[in-house]
Parts: sequence; C-alpha cells; structure tokens
Amino acid sequence: MSQPLIDYCIAQGDDALIFGQRMTEWCYSAPFLEEDLALANVALDLIGRAQMFYQYAAELADDGRSADDIAFLRDARSYTNLLINELPRGDFAFSMARFLLVDTFNVLYLEQLVNSSDSRIAAIAAKAIKESRYHLRRSRDWVVRLGDGTEESHQRMQKGLEEVWGYHKELFIETAGERELIASGVAVDREALYSTWSKQIDTVLAEATLQRPEDGWKVVGGRDGIHTEHLGHMLSEMQYLQRSYPGVEW
Amino acid sequence: MSSEQQLKLFEVFVRSKRGLDHKHVGSLHAEDAEQALEYARDCYTRRSEGVSIWVVNSSDIVASQEEDAESFYDPMDDKPYRHATHYQLPDAVNNM
Repeated sequence: MSQPLIDYCIAQGDDALIFGQRMTEWCYSAPFLEEDLALANVALDLIGRAQMFYQYAAELADDGRSADDIAFLRDARSYTNLLINELPRGDFAFSMARFLLVDTFNVLYLEQLVNSSDSRIAAIAAKAIKESRYHLRRSRDWVVRLGDGTEESHQRMQKGLEEVWGYHKELFIETAGERELIASGVAVDREALYSTWSKQIDTVLAEATLQRPEDGWKVVGGRDGIHTEHLGHMLSEMQYLQRSYPGVEW
Repeated sequence: MSSEQQLKLFEVFVRSKRGLDHKHVGSLHAEDAEQALEYARDCYTRRSEGVSIWVVNSSDIVASQEEDAESFYDPMDDKPYRHATHYQLPDAVNNM
C-alpha cells in the first residue's frame, strides 16, 4: 500500500477540515445574517471535502480506522495541515484575506487535480473545484469591496492581508512523498502554480487598491506536524465529544 | 444591527426546475444586486431548491394596496362566466 498516497489524502483532508472548522467559528458571529449563512456554507463545503479525503485514506490504509477516527482521534502533532488554515479566526477582514490566498490557490490546484491519474482523487477534485470557484468569487468580492471601501475598511483589509501574508509560502512547499505522487501524475506540482497565483493575487489587490505586502517573513512546518499554539485548542474543542464518549454516534 | 440598516433589501425569486415559473421565496439584505444574488444562492438554494434565481430591489416592486381591495377585486366576484367551470360541456366533449 502506498504510504505517500495515504499521507497525501490525510494532508489534503487536514487542510480542509482545519480551515472548515475554523470558519465555523463565524456561525452566529458574522456581521449580518446573510453572510453568516454564506460563511457556514463555505465551512461545510470544506468539512465535506475533508470527509472525502479521509474516507479514501481510511480505505487505502485498511487498518481498522474510519474517516471519523482519522479526524477525531489524532493529536496536533499528527495533523499535517498547512498553518494558514489553523490561524485564529481574526476579524472579518483577516478572514477574507486568508480566504483570498487559499481560495485562489485551491482553484489553481484543483483545476489540475481533476486530471489526477488516481480516479478517486480526480473525482474528489471534480466536486471540490466547483465549490472552490464559488468560494473564490466570494472572497475576491469581499477583498475588493472592503479594500476599495471606506477609509477604515481599507485600512483593516490591508492589516488583515499583512497579518496572513507570511503564511502563504507554505502553500507552495512540497513534501518528499508528494513529489513522488507528482511524478506519477497523482498529485499536482504546487511550486509551478506560484507565478500564476501571484499574478492573480496582484490583480485582485490592484482592484482593491491594496498594497501587496513584502515577502519579508514566512512561517512553515504544518506538513511536519509543527503547529502554532492555536491548533491544540481547536482540536480540544472539536474532538471533545469523541474523546469523552468514544464511539458515540449522532 | 446598524449594518443591516445600511444594506438594501432584495426580494428573491427561485425557479425550482426548468419549465416552471420563478416563485417568490423571501427577501434578504445585501450591498448590491451581485451580492444579493450570491446570498440568495446561499440562503435559498442550499438544499437544491433551484436552478435559476432572480433578485429584485424591494423598492422597485409596486404593490397593490389593502384599501384598494374593494375596487380591485370585488367586481370580479359576480362574473362566474369568466371561469371555464361556468359552462356545461356537451356530452361529446369527454376530457377538458
């Protein structure tokens, strides 16, 4: 059994689950009702995506663990999500800046992943790309709306962008296992997406009258299980039920 | 919240499937028509309720008034001949 493929599916699932779980924190807290529902929809799309990747990982591993076990019975060190996904919710501008960077990446990534040589991965990507295109439409819209809005919204959008910027580098870093999968046509070359991503971000920032932050600092380590202090807190809440009542079902 | 007071109100119409009419399903707040369309998608079609959405500025809707009911609708009450059911069909017409 291909360990790189299992690890890959879990990493993809972790990215989606952790970002989705983080964004559910907007539930009942969004600026107004319509946006509250819209954000919850996006979060649920991501959690559904995680479920598909975990399910495949569980079938591949065939070690008695279910998709739920993978999600709820691992500690932070075993999570391999990119750090950008686990950062605290922040304010609305920060969330939209983060969405823009991730959604732009996801669309480029998934557009190629639909051609994966692994038919199951290709099918997951085919479903996910439709969702991500919509997510990007929303986040791009908000970044422009706030960036090119009032003085205060512009300033807060710029600040949100500065705060998340150092975490984007990790989107383009490949693990050794991932490179094997890229060679066999299963996964997508992340590094190769950077220049297009960069151009697309510049276009949005220009329209939003925002300054692209300097590439001065970066934080990486998520794929190796080296996380920020925020992930553990999130997991303790997310995993509480399964930890307290093992095997409990809805 | 004060933010909602600054947002415009839109009426949402959803066509549940091809060939059917758009039906009014509710209203929502949004900054502009584009955003209203997206929110309509998120608020009213998340359980596959639709294949097409219209959003209309609520302020653009001209509605009949309650006090006009007498002159608007009552005159129709005594004109049953405007309904097909008013007419006796000849026996030769089986299905109508």
